[in-house]
Amino acid sequence: MPATDFWATGLGWFTLSVLQILAVTVWILLSLAFLLLADRKIWAGVQMRKGPNVVGPFGLLQSFADFLKFLLKEIVIPAGADKTVFLLAPLLTFVLAFAAWAVVPLAPGWVIADVNVAVLYIFAISSLGVYGIIMGGWASNSKYPFLGGLRSAAQMVSYEVSIGFVIITVILLAGTMNLQQIIELQAGGFWNWNFLGGGLKNLPIMAVMLVMTVIFFISALAETNRPPFDLPEAESELVAGYQVEYSSTPYLLFMIGEYANIVLMCALITILFFGGWQAPFPTPWLADWPATAASFFGFFWFFLKTIFFFFMFAMVKAIVPRYRYDQLMRLGWKIFLPTSLVAVALVAGWRVYSRGAGL
Amino acid sequence: MALQAIAFYVMATVTVFAALAVVLAKNPVHSVLFLITAFFSAAGLFVLLGAEFLAMLLVVVYVGAVAVLFLFVVMMLDVDFVALRQGFARYLPIGGVIAGILTIEMIVVATMVATKGAASRVSGPQASLPDVTNAETIGRVLYTDYVYFFQAAGLVLLVAMIGAIVLTLRHKPGVRRQNVSAQTARNPKSGMRMVDIQPGAGEGE
Repeated sequence: MPATDFWATGLGWFTLSVLQILAVTVWILLSLAFLLLADRKIWAGVQMRKGPNVVGPFGLLQSFADFLKFLLKEIVIPAGADKTVFLLAPLLTFVLAFAAWAVVPLAPGWVIADVNVAVLYIFAISSLGVYGIIMGGWASNSKYPFLGGLRSAAQMVSYEVSIGFVIITVILLAGTMNLQQIIELQAGGFWNWNFLGGGLKNLPIMAVMLVMTVIFFISALAETNRPPFDLPEAESELVAGYQVEYSSTPYLLFMIGEYANIVLMCALITILFFGGWQAPFPTPWLADWPATAASFFGFFWFFLKTIFFFFMFAMVKAIVPRYRYDQLMRLGWKIFLPTSLVAVALVAGWRVYSRGAGL
Repeated sequence: MALQAIAFYVMATVTVFAALAVVLAKNPVHSVLFLITAFFSAAGLFVLLGAEFLAMLLVVVYVGAVAVLFLFVVMMLDVDFVALRQGFARYLPIGGVIAGILTIEMIVVATMVATKGAASRVSGPQASLPDVTNAETIGRVLYTDYVYFFQAAGLVLLVAMIGAIVLTLRHKPGVRRQNVSAQTARNPKSGMRMVDIQPGAGEGE
């Protein structure tokens, strides 16, 4: 059987999908190892410390040393814990964090599943992420984890609302829920990116989309339980929140899942507002390039932008003090929700008006 | 395709067993978790049917929001499992009757669909046009043929929401609330008072 025929069969499709999933997962895990180090280094830099610098040159292998340490420690399960749910919770967090990456386009054509409801899929999967935390908090059968789990549930449900509305404004602008198409519509330079309203023809909507970008960034911080919104694991009040009773590999899974979610949010900001794999300048000569080279070119920009937003996340962690819980709720429900609701109406109105005016 | 068949049987089995476990699980938190599993695999079945938009909505609305609140409430309750089991025999007849009615209804609907075809009396646009997405099809029907029903449903939800707020909102007197604008508008002039204190004399409010 010729090679091309094999990939068209069911088994071939299955094998190809598994290989693609493996490639993306391994790539994300490897990136995470260094991003974790970068996070700690940036944090240390802001505080004028050196950060991890012992394992390997500049401490580059620190994450791998930590990884080994996590794996080799004993898993302690509290006596009163609900064993199944206790172990299921970190697994769920880990699996969901990676499941969302299935629809993220890394470069032109580089996506595992090119589905039409990709935006909704990511939204759905990230809204499931809260279960890992609640289950972990409840199954530990201990006070602090439980309080952390409850806090997290309320916080993530609250900020999902504003994230949903912000995503709707982008969907309205693009007219599609397919992430590849959303990116393709932002081609031709940074002035066409959605954070500026997606091109000069949408100039009046620029003021709205800039605000939406900021709201999305802040909501993403809250959704991933990052400082200044890390109240589920606030060490000054709850020791480590839902993670108190976790040790060894289950803790590692929680941590990797959390960071995979953070990078996912960075990627989502990149895709929805900053043009995904589009270069910030017009690239008409890219059409003459071979497809693989063009893909790598796109991947370079996607990666660069995602790293930039990860840097922003790390800076926020280093600079901003933690919110109080009632302030967090106030921000989500009384400021972000009304603002994004008005923005949805404005963008929808502009879409109808601009179509009527023939723009 | 064989893969689809495998996926269907796996998800259908998971749905059925999770739904059974919702009723049979001793611990109510486990019940809610099984309910979530059932929702999730039902969403998988929707995807297999080609209704990916509906599947995502099921996950976002029911799994991501409604079930979280279920779990939230059930975890906070101090449920006495033994007392919960006691009424089982007493409620069995009425539960059996309701289950029987539902089964008959489902059989009737299934036979009607099998003989007449689904939604035979509705002349809406046909789904599964190749270049029209799920969301677009639903949107077209929802905002044209059923726009009044859609708006009415929205109003019902709004009334329910306002009702819930009215029922739970209470203003306690004497609670000091944070006034953010007053806080941020505070400056050295309004926040500080210069006092010239004489030696030996106290200064109080």
